[in-house]
Formats: sequence, structure tokens, C-alpha cells
Amino acid sequence: MSASSSDPRLPAAYLMPGSSSFSEFLALQAPDLLPSRRAAPTSHAGDLAPHGTTIVAATFPGGVLMAGDRRATMGNIIAQRDIQKVFPADEYSAVGIAGSAGLAVEMVRLFQTELEHYEKIEGTTLSMDGKANRLAALIRANLAMAMQGLAVVPLFAGYDSDAEQGRIFSYDVTGGRYEETAFHSVGSGSLFARGSLKKLYRDDFTEVECATAVVQALYDAADDDSATGGPDITRRIFPVVHVITETGGRRMAETEVAAIADAVISSRMSRPDGPAAALT
Amino acid sequence: MSMPFYVSPEQLMKDRADFARKGIARGRSVVAVQYADGILFVSENPSQALHKVSEIYDRVAFAAVGRYNEFENLRIAGVRLADMRGYAYDRRDVTGRGLANAYAQTLGTIFSSGGEKPYEVEIFVAEVGDLAEQDQIFRLTYDGQVADEHRYAVMGGATEVVAKHLSEHYVEGASLEDAVRLAVSALGQTPGENGAGTTERVIATAHLEVAVLDRTRTQPRKFVRLVGQRLDALLGERGPVTPDPPAEATPKQEPAPDSPADPTDQVSGQVPPLENPVTGEPPVAPPIAPSGAPPAPRPEPTDPVQPPTGPEPT
Repeated sequence: MSASSSDPRLPAAYLMPGSSSFSEFLALQAPDLLPSRRAAPTSHAGDLAPHGTTIVAATFPGGVLMAGDRRATMGNIIAQRDIQKVFPADEYSAVGIAGSAGLAVEMVRLFQTELEHYEKIEGTTLSMDGKANRLAALIRANLAMAMQGLAVVPLFAGYDSDAEQGRIFSYDVTGGRYEETAFHSVGSGSLFARGSLKKLYRDDFTEVECATAVVQALYDAADDDSATGGPDITRRIFPVVHVITETGGRRMAETEVAAIADAVISSRMSRPDGPAAALT
Repeated sequence: MSMPFYVSPEQLMKDRADFARKGIARGRSVVAVQYADGILFVSENPSQALHKVSEIYDRVAFAAVGRYNEFENLRIAGVRLADMRGYAYDRRDVTGRGLANAYAQTLGTIFSSGGEKPYEVEIFVAEVGDLAEQDQIFRLTYDGQVADEHRYAVMGGATEVVAKHLSEHYVEGASLEDAVRLAVSALGQTPGENGAGTTERVIATAHLEVAVLDRTRTQPRKFVRLVGQRLDALLGERGPVTPDPPAEATPKQEPAPDSPADPTDQVSGQVPPLENPVTGEPPVAPPIAPSGAPPAPRPEPTDPVQPPTGPEPT
């Protein structure tokens, strides 16, 4: 920002024809603002900052939804009870973050700006695969931090208007990008959430049924993973559920999620392990 | 060596202004109209891909007339500036005023520096607020002047007839439907025969570029293009489309003959500004590079009027 803060004129570089990628422009103009340009710590730094935990995504006919619990932990401490870990990336996609919360939130902000910048400059949106690849590039740049325990592992989901269906992508710390079918989960409670969804998922879900299934999965994750927060009925804090369909994305209203969570909790009063699946 | 040709600073600025103004007047008008829920932009633009009206940021939009490559450059710079500021600070810290200021400084510097051709553009930077009183429209001219516009604004093309129609029919707090109809009928105004009154053309829907900054949108990004069926529904039944008169297709020829006595006369549009009209030698940096021009020095021409040497602005 140094050039623009001292001189009111548009800096020459802004008027140069060039890339439509915001992160590339940032790397040339204000590299200190890039999350990946931080000096990597020399020793393990994983316990210094809060960690986000479990994110779940599942597709249903005509869309996809993503949900995240609300807990951030720092070692044995609950750092925050109502953190938001699922963000809209643009109108038709959402990104959920597990791992080092501070780095992840910054990466999401850069990713959101990246997609919007491309859309405004080019006059068209990136393809679903294009978006997924841009996110992979941002994660790859964070590898040095990941080696010191500050990993960011997002889950990316969106509605692909070409394929006319919801799609889910998972990542590893090296920037590897993997497309998932039907449902996926990341974070510390992901094993339990995925096991739960395996038994609950059907491919003919309605939007509300799909939301109920992911809230059940997050409940199961919280049941067995101390770092995942369950529904907080005394404070009325419930998971963030982001739904994306052909008409765009929206965060499911607090009252809608509360109704689903209340139904899940009341059914667990009689059977704490949740709904039983048929044996055969 | 020929003697350096003296041009007074007043004349230099006037020539540059004439040059820019002429380029801008050749295009077609863009209007911005304040309505109940925000700001509406309408322009006559046969191209579906090369936009005159665009989104800059959540609440800020950009509209321009003149040379496409020049205002596209400014638009991209504006998007970069806004995204950079929004990323470094916060989304709310990106304002139309800040952007208008950056454009004004840039255009002003380019206009007054002898080394560069002045930009042949005129720009609106508009910002929609939470309330109608907070809506802002800034008009920026080729020389970096900024004006704060209210109710409606027109730039490019036949501004007088369009502005006259708007001033006669504009109503505060109109609905989107009324505002679109008003703006489209204003753009369709053409001076009648013998300068008596005006007739109204019906512009094809496909040739209209319509966009709004709508404060009632729930998303943070308030800019929406109105196209296809939604635009047809807003416009209603308008009768058959008036074919473009042939005069519209080609830029109007300037009527007045050039005065050979005045070497700086630009009226005929035959001499690119800043070119030495006697020797035909370009100044330090030519405003329009004559393609394949013979290297200086050239023999003194008998007539100061040179044949056109540069491409016409679009």
C-alpha cells in the first residue's frame, strides 16, 4: 500500500494490463499482505494459536451443503465457542476450514477476494474446477507453515452450473486436490463424522433431510472428539450450515438450524447413540 | 533544423480539451438516474461483451464513455485499488469518494503532462448508501475535474437532448420500472428535422446495457445487470424497434471549414492536436502516432491542413 498511500494517483502498476489473479497482483504490489509470506517458525508452533476442528459437506439432488461446528481449541483450552468456520467463497461455493484458525481465516479472505476479482475483471466466473485449483495453489504456498504444525486443511464445496450438481473437493497440506463423491469431512472429528454419515446418507435427500444428516454427523463427532463442539443448548449456539443450490448460496437461518438441532437432541434423549441403521 | 514551434499554454490546454471532448462526443450517451432503491445506469451499447457499466466493489459502480481501451484500463485499475483496499483494511473502507479521487488525480496528471495523449474518456463513479440521501454520483471528466451529481447525470454523445428530456420528466423516488422507462426514452431522443423538437427512437432491448446498484439486495454486492426477460418486463410494450438512421452509423462530419489562416484551428478535425500544423512534425510524444509516417524533417507543406493520420476513436 506504500505507493498509494503517499500519492493519490493510481500507481502505474495498477494501470498495466496484466493478470486477472488478485493473489498474483498482491504478490507484486504488497507481498507483505500475502499469508504465505510470513516467516515460518523454526520450531513446532501448533499450540500457539487456536485450531478449528470439524467440517462436514454433503450433496443432495440439486445442491450441496456444508456445516461446521463452532469450537476453536488451543491445546486443552476452548479458545472460542462460537467461531465461524464455514464461509461463502462466492455466490455458488463455500469453503470450510480446519486447522490453524488465524491462517485459515486469512486464506479464506484471500480466496474470496481472488474469486471476486477474477469475476469483476473478466466479466465471468471461474469454473468449479478453476476455483478448486486456485484454492489448491493457496494451500501449497502454506507448506512451510504446515511443517511447523500450522496446517490449514479446507473443504471446498459448490454448485457446478455446467454439471448441474453439487461438488465437493478435499485437500491435503501439500495442495493436493481430491474430488469427493456424496459426502466428506475434515478436521479432528472427521473420522467420527464420516462414519456417522456413511450410515445416514442417502442420495435422495431433500435439503432439510441433508441438513439433519450433517447435524447428526457433527453431534457424533462432538460425542467422541473433545475438540469438536456439540450443539450448545444453554447458549443456543448451533452449527453453521451453508446451503448452495442452482439459485445461489445462503447461510441457513439460525432458527432453522436450531429447529433441526433440537429435533436431533430430543431423539438422542431416548437413544444417545443416534438413529440405528438397518443391519442388512 | 526547424525552429521549435511556440504554442501558448492556454492554446495547448484548449487543444487538448478539444481533442478529448471530440472523442467523447462521438460515442453514445450513458445516463445514471437515482431511483427509490438506488442508482440505475442505462446506455445504448450494441456489444454484449464490451461493457460501459461495471461493478467495482460492493456498493460502487463505474460507467464510462469514450475510448474503450482507455476506460477499460481505468476500470481494471479501480477494481485492483478497491480489492486491495478491501483486503488490506475492510470491505466498508472502500468508498466511491476515494476511488473518484484516485481517478481525478490520474486523469488530471495525464491531461496536464505534455508527454501523454489526454484520455478521451468521461466517467461516472457511483456509490449506493443505506438511504437515498447517501447515494452519490461523481462525474469525472478527461481533465480530472470532479463534479458531484444529483438526481440524474448524462455523459457522452448528444448530452443536451438527453439531459433536457430527463430534466423535464425526472421524478424523485421513482420505482425501478419508471426509472428504466424514463432513462431509455431519454436515450432514444433524437433531434428532429430542422432542429425543431425531438423524435423518440425505440432502441432494441439487445442494444441496451442496463445495470443497477440496488440497496435492497441482501448480498453485500449491490451491483446487478438487468438483462433478458427481466429487462423486457421492466420496459413493457414499446412498439417496433426504430432502425438506426444512417447518420448514427458514421460519426457526423464537422461542418465548419478549416481556416487556413489559423494554424491551430482544430475544427475540421483533420489535424491531430499538438501536431505542428505548419511542418506536420509531431511533438515530443505524438498523441496519435502516424502509422508509417516518413521520418522528420519533412518539406514544408503549402497547406497547413494535413490529411488525417491517425485512427478514429471509436
